[in-house]
Amino acid sequence: MSSTLPASEPQQAQASASVTNDFSIQIATVNGSGSQTANLVLLRTLFQMGIPVSGKNMFPSNIAGLPTWYTIRANRRGYISRKKEIDLLVAMNPETARDDVMGLEPGCAVVYDAPLRLDTLRSDLVFYAVPFDKIVAEVCTDAKLRRLVKNMVYDGVLAELLSMDAGEMQQALARQLGKKPKALALNQAALEAGRTWASEHLTKADPFRVERMDKTTGQILIEGNTAAAMGCLFAGVTVVAWYPITPSSSLPETLIRYLRKYRMDPETGKATFAVVQAEDEIASLGMVIGASWAGARAMTSTSGPGISLMSEFAGLAYYAEVPAVVFDVQRVGPSTGLPTRTAQGDILFAAFNSHGDTKNVVLLPGSVEECYEMSMASFDLAERLQTVVFVLSDLDLGMNTWMSKPFDYPEKPIDRGKVLDAEGVKALGGTWGRYRDLDGDGIPYRTLPGSGAPAYFTRGSGHNDMALYTERPDDYTKNVDRLARKFETAKSLVPQPVVEDVAGTQIAIIAYGTTHFAVEESRDQLREEHGVEVAYLRLRAYPFPATVHEFIRRYDRVYVVEQNRDGQMLGLLRIEGEPASAVRLRSVLHYNGLPIDARSITDGILAQEKAGNA
Amino acid sequence: MSTDAQAPAPAPLKKVNRLQLDVSSYRGSKTTLCAGCGHNAISERIIDAFFEMGVDPHRVIKLSGIGCSSKSPAYFLNPAHGFNSVHGRMPSVATGAMLANRGLLAIGVSGDGDTGAIGIGQFVHAMRRNLPLIYLVEDNGCYGLTKGQFSPTADFGTKAKNGVVNDLPPIDLCAMAIELGATFVARSFSGDKKQLLSILKAAIAHKGTSLIDVISPCVTFNDHEGSTKSYAYVKAHDDPLGEVSFVPFFEDISVEYEPGSTTRVRMHDGSHLFLRKLEETYNPTDKLAAARLLHETLARGEFATGVIYIEPDKDDFLQLLNLVDEPLGQLPESRVRPPRAVLDQLMDQLR
Ligand SMILES: Cc1ncc(C[n+]2csc(CCOP(=O)(O)OP(=O)(O)O)c2C)c(N)n1
Ligand code: SF4
Repeated sequence: MSSTLPASEPQQAQASASVTNDFSIQIATVNGSGSQTANLVLLRTLFQMGIPVSGKNMFPSNIAGLPTWYTIRANRRGYISRKKEIDLLVAMNPETARDDVMGLEPGCAVVYDAPLRLDTLRSDLVFYAVPFDKIVAEVCTDAKLRRLVKNMVYDGVLAELLSMDAGEMQQALARQLGKKPKALALNQAALEAGRTWASEHLTKADPFRVERMDKTTGQILIEGNTAAAMGCLFAGVTVVAWYPITPSSSLPETLIRYLRKYRMDPETGKATFAVVQAEDEIASLGMVIGASWAGARAMTSTSGPGISLMSEFAGLAYYAEVPAVVFDVQRVGPSTGLPTRTAQGDILFAAFNSHGDTKNVVLLPGSVEECYEMSMASFDLAERLQTVVFVLSDLDLGMNTWMSKPFDYPEKPIDRGKVLDAEGVKALGGTWGRYRDLDGDGIPYRTLPGSGAPAYFTRGSGHNDMALYTERPDDYTKNVDRLARKFETAKSLVPQPVVEDVAGTQIAIIAYGTTHFAVEESRDQLREEHGVEVAYLRLRAYPFPATVHEFIRRYDRVYVVEQNRDGQMLGLLRIEGEPASAVRLRSVLHYNGLPIDARSITDGILAQEKAGNA
Repeated sequence: MSTDAQAPAPAPLKKVNRLQLDVSSYRGSKTTLCAGCGHNAISERIIDAFFEMGVDPHRVIKLSGIGCSSKSPAYFLNPAHGFNSVHGRMPSVATGAMLANRGLLAIGVSGDGDTGAIGIGQFVHAMRRNLPLIYLVEDNGCYGLTKGQFSPTADFGTKAKNGVVNDLPPIDLCAMAIELGATFVARSFSGDKKQLLSILKAAIAHKGTSLIDVISPCVTFNDHEGSTKSYAYVKAHDDPLGEVSFVPFFEDISVEYEPGSTTRVRMHDGSHLFLRKLEETYNPTDKLAAARLLHETLARGEFATGVIYIEPDKDDFLQLLNLVDEPLGQLPESRVRPPRAVLDQLMDQLR
């Protein structure tokens, strides 16, 4: 610890060829050590300096004690997907430090807790040994708090090394801890101590630095689950039933906060909403179905395991034609292991959820802004189509911090769909039947209990268009054929795909959800590094409108990029698409639990282009 | 219902209730259950109870899970919206509906399999919440619709039609309900018209959850010798706690009762329940006494019927949620979509 100079030869990393506003920092800590505040202060500082940023938390399924990595990417061109390579490592966790260092590319910089002596591991990196305990002991007398405050010291060190703006950093810290003056003062002191120590003891030997830009003016930083909660708030949700599960919980929990703040009746102080933490996901969807059936705008939020439990009810809602909004913030696989990692693995399960002839509307938000907008759209669609609408977010979108333009206030009024009161039924002059297709769009009219309008009896599969019990084969087929027609209608009502045709190329990408940002960057890589132009269609919903199939027809090789092992969306496109187009579809897949990155896509496409197109 | 004394007696008028509705407004479609099934008798009592209480049938929702019992909502109150949901999940659907519209009056019909087996979780949590709901279990100790397997309320030692003897102890849904916080718990027998009718009327008047376990023999699969849920066995072992009389709030109390031998309970809506004790000094507002009674009668192989436990004024789930008076499902956009300024404020906090 006596030597504060990097042990390796600093000249290997060319400090002279500086890299400005284009790097990723990985902070390796222990879960529960309170590093989140420090990480968000770093993220916010960069954001306030006008530099495009994104923050991704890779955390274990554990409350305290297991390793956690937080990655911050700063990119002057505005790329906000995960960067595969790490440029700067902050190694605070003894357990993972060795692996973390060994995994770096040559030329990276490592800030580490001095006792770990990581500098002996490699000679092709820039090492900065920092005696965190010693620095923190000087500013924090309470030994119990030191563990938490220690994190702020690495913020100070990084600020000095990267030339971050001290004023912005103070402001970012005040934003995080402004309501707790004692903690704020302590953390400010730790921040300063880190900065001062670094300026007195470290010699800059890596190329990375920041410089003020103006690329974040007016933008917001937000997590997808918060955005979705906002969408539900402005959608006018009235009944919420849920059961806790990562990575979904923060959606209903944020929504509850908003509802308590913004939806208490100003005159009576009473709630214009009901929230129930149900006994499980079966009950959650049951409550949503009961509430929607009786006229509420109802939603639930869960992840894959919850969707599994909801399957029987999902089919009932499909057959009985009851609106229901279900958020699925996707995560990896069942049970223990990787529930806190991201995936796009519930595509087919959501689309065909339940037994029998079921098909569900699935919305695919690709940004925090779409989390907000599609939340609102999901209620309108569920009520308009009288069916289950799954909103498929994922852990990366839902729980990580994203830059976005501010959200717009909804212009369209709320659409409650085809609901008739007693007068409305009378006006139809005896033609109304609960499941009668009066408009030719497959969507019948419903009446609400307690409204005084004629009643009907709700059942699963066995009803005719007057909602009377039947087991007749012709009644059944007539009904499910109408449901299929209704699904056709849905194609024009769901969010339409975003199409970017490129003239003169035979290659295209189809992607959806969080894969979008990596695709955008990969398209630039392909163009700039390899001269390959790629068209792009971003799916935003299932069922697919005709534009999707037309797009596929226009290109020879269409790479469906997604975050699951088996190419689920590709499978769905094959099922729904034109048989002749099936041969055009190829997969680029990423499924290790980490968010997809641009380089993996670029490499995946180039490899297949080389192999199959020589 | 004013009658003109002068007028010659016309053809006998149909009997109407306080809403001027006759009983046909409370009937349902023709039953498809077996002739003699206890469930049919219960549907008849439900029709009578809603008719006599003068409930607007449009205000009622009738829900169920899956089973023969769960089919019965189609056989009463046609003018009410009905929902035959999925196996064991009636409570959640009923809960959602009541959240959406607190003005509704919900009756949920379930079976002993629907509630005691697959639906036991939802049953447990429904009892805890004290949601306004009449939760009626048509209890035949077997699965009727899947042809006679034992259900979790089958008594220890009872014999199935194929001769198999049940060697597991039964779940006593009434005892569970009391333990879990239900505020009106009763047991009855589909064959006891008078008692069941009074109990149903009291349940309609009750604020909060009423759990009514009605022993309802399955004539096809569980009515033989050796079954403890057969008509013959239940008649022989029905041990009524006392006589149950109910006087709704809209009628004068003309019942003469002796305070010593009759407990009078004032219901939340102003109706009265008179429970005339037949034997011991049973107090239906004492949880521990109720639990003891259920254990003792079970040990004797008998069914204690009547109102076993009542707590008339406990806050229900909708009160706990502090909901506005109007149905949530009918609030206009102006009351559920916050104004633009709220979004602006939220955006500012994120910049
Ligand atoms: C998920 C599911 N599992 C199994 C069944 C098959 N099933 C239908 S009714 C029933 C039992 C009904 O028994 P009970 O609730 O006692 O009603 P009863 O028919 O005796 O009135 C079963 C197991 C089902 N419908 N759904
Ligand atoms: S099988 Fe049993 S429970 Fe079902 S309808 Fe027949 S008698 Fe009733």
